[in-house]
Amino acid sequence: MKVTVKYFAVCHEMLNRSEEEMELPEDATVRTILKRLEEEWPEIAEFYEVMQMSVNWEYATEDTELSEGDEVALIPPVTGGTDV
Amino acid sequence: MFKITSDVITGEEVREAVEAPDAGAVVLFFGTVRNNTDGRAVSFLEYEAYPPMAEKKMAEISEEIAKKWGIDRVAMIHRVGKLEIGEVSVAVAVASPHRKDGFEACQYAMNRLKQIVPIWKREVWADGETEWVKPDAVFFEELPEKK
Repeated sequence: MKVTVKYFAVCHEMLNRSEEEMELPEDATVRTILKRLEEEWPEIAEFYEVMQMSVNWEYATEDTELSEGDEVALIPPVTGGTDV
Repeated sequence: MFKITSDVITGEEVREAVEAPDAGAVVLFFGTVRNNTDGRAVSFLEYEAYPPMAEKKMAEISEEIAKKWGIDRVAMIHRVGKLEIGEVSVAVAVASPHRKDGFEACQYAMNRLKQIVPIWKREVWADGETEWVKPDAVFFEELPEKK
């Protein structure tokens, strides 16, 4: 199946792209994507502790199962608003 | 109204969105770009968002406020792109029958916004260096549950 993966902020910069299509096995979960990114960028594993993932605009876990056409995103710690 | 925009925020858009005849108070909050962080001079800020998810999460915060205070008049708008010192990055408006609930709900909306709405801030320092801002400690206490 094909899913779209989006990268924001620090992830966008480190991976040098804002999104991509990924071809995944039928039984893929969010973890499948994390493992694949880790092969390309081993340091990303250190960020996994504080990073969230989303599937179709909802926070997800590593075990969340994926379906054809899903929109997955890596969500670094958010800092909207201001420190007020 | 729950919106990510690249336009200048005036506050009128959120105030108008919460207007209601039974409101006795409208609390309006602006977050503005400060010229320093812990004393280090900031040149300007850049905000990035994941718009569809950000707007969905803002709507969820509004639902939380409806449950906690019975207030259903909440509007939030957050700007993205390059913002100069003093410009408004975020505006929240809450209309309520009485001011106490309105102030509390507005404070709550901002706290939650900083926890669950996917928006990121990058500081560009006066010396030209840049840095993605790390969240407050409160973020780590309030992370959505991981399994």
